Amino acid sequence: MPKARLPKIPDAVVPPPLRKPGKPGSGGTPKGQAPADLKTAPPERQSAGEKLLEVGKEAPIDALGWVDQRLAASGFLTGMLYRKVPKGTNWFYTLGSATLFAFIVQAVTGVFLAMFYVPSATQAYASIAHINNEVPFGQLVHGMHKWGASVMVILIFLHMGRTFFFGAYKYPRELNWVIGVVLLILTMTMAFTGYLLPFDQRSFWASIVGININGTGPVVGPYLSDFLRAGPELGATTLARFYAIHMLLVPGAIIALIGAHMYLVVKLGTTAPPWVKADRPKIASPVSHLEAGANGNGRVNGSGVNGARTHGEPVDGEGNGAPPA
Amino acid sequence: MADDANKVNGAEEASVKERVKPDPPGYFEGESMTRRRVFTIASQGIGGLAAAGIILPAVGFAVAPIFHRGKERWEAVGPVGDFVKETYRQVVFTETEGIGDAGKTTAYVRKGSTDLGEKEDEIIAVSNRCAHLGCPVRFVEAAGNFICPCHGGVYDFVGKVLGGPPVRPLDRFQTRIRQGQVEIGPRYSVTSQLEAVRARDPGEFTGGIWEYLYPPRPSTFPAP
Repeated sequence: MPKARLPKIPDAVVPPPLRKPGKPGSGGTPKGQAPADLKTAPPERQSAGEKLLEVGKEAPIDALGWVDQRLAASGFLTGMLYRKVPKGTNWFYTLGSATLFAFIVQAVTGVFLAMFYVPSATQAYASIAHINNEVPFGQLVHGMHKWGASVMVILIFLHMGRTFFFGAYKYPRELNWVIGVVLLILTMTMAFTGYLLPFDQRSFWASIVGININGTGPVVGPYLSDFLRAGPELGATTLARFYAIHMLLVPGAIIALIGAHMYLVVKLGTTAPPWVKADRPKIASPVSHLEAGANGNGRVNGSGVNGARTHGEPVDGEGNGAPPA
Repeated sequence: MADDANKVNGAEEASVKERVKPDPPGYFEGESMTRRRVFTIASQGIGGLAAAGIILPAVGFAVAPIFHRGKERWEAVGPVGDFVKETYRQVVFTETEGIGDAGKTTAYVRKGSTDLGEKEDEIIAVSNRCAHLGCPVRFVEAAGNFICPCHGGVYDFVGKVLGGPPVRPLDRFQTRIRQGQVEIGPRYSVTSQLEAVRARDPGEFTGGIWEYLYPPRPSTFPAP
């Protein structure tokens, strides 16, 4: 990977005291007569406007450069954004991103709903009615949150199905599968706790049924029900509890686990679809491996660790490609 | 050893040589562990204590309702003369305070019948909460049965399961008569033989080994 060169910061954007001093001999104008051709045909001088335009064109790059000199993130970002993906990558691979997008929609609309919602047993229903009937775009935002919840659950299952049927949960991605299952459970928790919040007849009875299903787990079930209800019956504190779980506890956990999930996706790369065959036998002799590495054409794609790397990266003795720079 | 090179490096080098070298390395005389280890354990221990000081009360705060039993609540639902032994009369009363109508529940109340092996002067109050998953059941006069709209649970006149998914008979409420008024008190569950046990949530079996698999919760009242 070519090293990204940091752009120079022009003097125009640096305050004068912080400017780098000029090199010896660079200051002032050279003495002596100007060459003849300059006299007869003087170079065109840039007008002030043209100079400003020039600086303006460079400004965004310079600003980015200023940030990057301090963050040193360009190496990581280019490595992540330009990482190689296996042959045969197709639309099914967008389901994870689609789920993430659904989550972002839920997070954004949820924040705005929280501005009007009152998590109190006596006022919750009225506040939802107020959102739906009186707040501008309230019905739309509430609808996006409500239907988006279903969309997210559907997408997460499709994403899980893709992973399962493409065999993408196998070594070395088992941990990412486990994290994904936890994310699925957390998403279901969100769907369950969110359902009570409108506090109408449907959500009230659905929550009672849901809590009672939780309670049918042997030994711990009854206590789990009491924990969820904050008491022996569904009451005022149940709503506050569900609201806190829905708003604070689970979203934080989901964001953290999405971070871990995506880190592993970038770190391990994605798998090729099962119908894309490896260009070479999966188990090659050490010699052929070395040759493959030596001529810089080691392809062991289509399965396992090297799924993400198709071309031109050296392969070491264990069949592991070099880590992405 | 003390050659020219060491002298050039100065007095510091010399003093290092004079210092007693701990043996084994890191241990000074009379010490049972290295100082590094002492500080590691101490800082981790203190950090752990500080974390526990924050986490334990917070978790306890969230878990405490499991162990909290509210005040016993009795509500008058009508004079004794309102109730007969042949059929049920539907009464609505507050089971959970502070959440308005959502805290109300329904019971079907009648007098005890000697034909059913009950005492004549007792009042039977059957909860309308289905023993399957907690939907509200309705007493259907024509059939003499309780029928649940959600998943088709059917109970007979005394609340025993006739069919469908329910796992035990309908819950009951404690009753008493005060100044000619029937009062309804805490909920309790029954086994398939109608023996009173502590209140269970819907979906939980009662009686026999199930009493251990679905243990009674501290937040409920003792069975009568």
